[in-house]
Amino acid sequence: MCLSQSVMNYFPEEVLEHVFDFVTSHRDRNAVSLVCKSWYNVEKFSREKVFIGNCYAVNPERLIARFPRLRSLSLKGKPHFADFNLMPHDWGGHVYPWIEAMSKSRINLEELRLKRMVVSDESLELLAKSFPNFKSLVLVTCEGYTTDGLAAIASNCKFLRELDLQENEVDDRKGHWLSCFPESCTSLVSLNFSCLKGEVNVAALERLVARCRNLRSLRLNHAVPLEVLQKILVHAPQLNDLGTGSFTHDPNSETYVKLKNAMKNCHSIRSFSGFLDVNGRCLPAVYPICASLTALNLSYAPGIFSNELAKLIRHCKKIERLWILDTIGDKGLGVVANTCKELQELRVFPSDPYGVGNAAVTEEGLVAISAGCPKLNSILYFCQQMTNAALITVAKNCPNFIRFRLCTLNPIVPDAATNQPLDEGFGAIVQSCKGLTRLSVSGLLTDQVFLYIGMYAERLEMLSIAFAGDSDKGMLYVLNGCKKLKKLEIRDSPFGNMALLSDMGKYETMRSLWMSSCQVTLGACKTLAEKMPRLNVEIISENEGGAGEGEASLDDRDRVEKMYLYRTLVGPRTDAPDFVRTL
Amino acid sequence: MRHVSTLFFLKQTISDYIYTPFSANTLFFLSPFHYHIINYSSIYFHWNRSTMVDTVTITTLDVEETELRLGLPGAGDKKRGFEETVDLKLNLSSKDAPSDQTHFQRENVTDDAKTSSAKPPAKAQVVGWPPVRSFRKNVMARSAAEESAFVKVSMDGAPYLRKVDLKMYKTYQELSDALGKMFSSFTIGKCDTQGMLDFMNESKLMDLLNSSDYVPTYEDKDGDWMLVGDVPWEMFVGSCKRLRIMKGTEAKGLG
Repeated sequence: MCLSQSVMNYFPEEVLEHVFDFVTSHRDRNAVSLVCKSWYNVEKFSREKVFIGNCYAVNPERLIARFPRLRSLSLKGKPHFADFNLMPHDWGGHVYPWIEAMSKSRINLEELRLKRMVVSDESLELLAKSFPNFKSLVLVTCEGYTTDGLAAIASNCKFLRELDLQENEVDDRKGHWLSCFPESCTSLVSLNFSCLKGEVNVAALERLVARCRNLRSLRLNHAVPLEVLQKILVHAPQLNDLGTGSFTHDPNSETYVKLKNAMKNCHSIRSFSGFLDVNGRCLPAVYPICASLTALNLSYAPGIFSNELAKLIRHCKKIERLWILDTIGDKGLGVVANTCKELQELRVFPSDPYGVGNAAVTEEGLVAISAGCPKLNSILYFCQQMTNAALITVAKNCPNFIRFRLCTLNPIVPDAATNQPLDEGFGAIVQSCKGLTRLSVSGLLTDQVFLYIGMYAERLEMLSIAFAGDSDKGMLYVLNGCKKLKKLEIRDSPFGNMALLSDMGKYETMRSLWMSSCQVTLGACKTLAEKMPRLNVEIISENEGGAGEGEASLDDRDRVEKMYLYRTLVGPRTDAPDFVRTL
Repeated sequence: MRHVSTLFFLKQTISDYIYTPFSANTLFFLSPFHYHIINYSSIYFHWNRSTMVDTVTITTLDVEETELRLGLPGAGDKKRGFEETVDLKLNLSSKDAPSDQTHFQRENVTDDAKTSSAKPPAKAQVVGWPPVRSFRKNVMARSAAEESAFVKVSMDGAPYLRKVDLKMYKTYQELSDALGKMFSSFTIGKCDTQGMLDFMNESKLMDLLNSSDYVPTYEDKDGDWMLVGDVPWEMFVGSCKRLRIMKGTEAKGLG
């Protein structure tokens, strides 16, 4: 013991730092910093990338004190269920305080990745002006800014390499932001503005693409017509990832022919998306690149008919990631199963979320995929119906699932063949897939499915539950059984105080717990908050305005409509709006 | 094809709790009555478990629509999605049933089901289900509004009609060129000096009207025959149901 310790101390810090350079995962680096004080210090000053899964678990000051040399920050704000309108607007998740603090401390920030956060134009302007080496901005499902903020980024970030906006809500002030990239900007590697709704200056776009010789990823928005796409492809045949804008034109026109030729020249495209506005007859232009595609996202293109989709997919033999709409149908999924032997991730989205639709995909499509695609490990599947037999078959065919998310359009539909709950089917999935880290269940489910999950899902980190279970036992099975659980989100299920309070210490091992429209009462939440000071227990009221009134009338015995609790090092947050009460 | 039966129990005070299944083929049993749900709208569901029974509390905006109606089971055999229209009309006394919406007979039930599927049904929506991000929902909604707009094109004297997708073109000129190409075989001998009929040219229009050349017209949403070219392009695409290229002599009345 003494000998090895002295051997360790023999290494100068530079060597330790060099060794730690090879340790890249956050968890490993966290582990390294726990070994001893000297390792803690070396790791602390050499850490460049920091990931914070809940922006309220910690505050900017502590971050900067802990990792003063940080260069890349990833932050997540609102919880997952906020995506589905279960969280009132203005709940929080503002990035400004973070940018402000880093700016004041002269952090040499180069990358900022945000998910479900509120980003204002002010934050973007401050960001653009404070960090001279800023290179990469990735915003996923964020909101709160306008194209003026983008203009600030474009004008000021001289070394900008990546501007990636995924599914953001942006207030469009009409496309001048693209023209703000100075003529001297040639460093862009990735540009994704597919979520913007307005026009862009296409001439500026073409010039930008032409001078950025390192551009590898480009995703256009709806307003960029096919003619412009064609010209862009001529300038940038080196692209790896292309997202088209509008893809409709007269297939007999000269422009279309030019596009076909330009596409043939793009030998490096591996990832393809877009088709935000598509005419099925223009699809053949894409066939030449299909053979080498590994990722394809057609989930924003409801205008493509099932047979056209099938024709396209028959060309895509190397696809590893496929995002598609349920317009593909079970038959189309059969084509996928026969063609795409390298498939690892499949997402099938509903084309008509509220429609009184025809059965678009059913359990048959899922079974076909599981049988045909041996490498499948991640699935998100919105379907009309499901059966236990199908799930059992899928579990047998694909024991390698890491993520399994099933969403029946009717949240409590039973087994379509036997009318039984879908407990056995999901039970088979968790029993077979030992590596499962994320699971979403739906359909008619009793406590039994949670017994299975608690028993078998040893690696499960995130579980989403809706309209399921019969009693507190269900939730207890999960809390007691899933040792690695990090995020649990529950809605409209009969879990109450007994389950909530049975193992309060568990919540400190998790990132967060969401419960809405369940049976927990205010009294129980208060008890929990009192006993666990390192948790923030937030009660979120319905009406954003009259929360004061609502609160007063809420008695300890009343059910709480929305509760969000999370572990934190910094106590109740200071920016909570009126309708959020931290107990 | 597949029948789903779900058991629910109605509490005595109907105004407090109303039970409804969520699934297709909505049959449910109230001992000893059989109820059949036909239409409902704007209902938010809260899944409420009491100790004895499964209950669902429905808060609706319109009290009338929460009435349960007696109906024969099996009447809604068509497969429907979760958000199908279901009309709850509590109609315990047969003579109260309004004649146009009586559900005691199977035929009427299916008729009603048919008419309800003809017009867009009022949808019962659970907040946040299915779990699709609003961004994606908005894109789908927008795309639904922008599907292709195929319209029939007839030309007087031509032996058959053609179809053209108005969404493929951005201006009247483009449409004119395309139509010209499409119908050029029928107009040999009647072309202008450029070799192609130019329908939309204003000055030519006057010449055409007085000659035996052709005039493009369209039938709009209201069923009226209009001269092509008057309204902005997008408005035209939105309202045009079919095109007819009329002989100039017939089109004089439209000027």
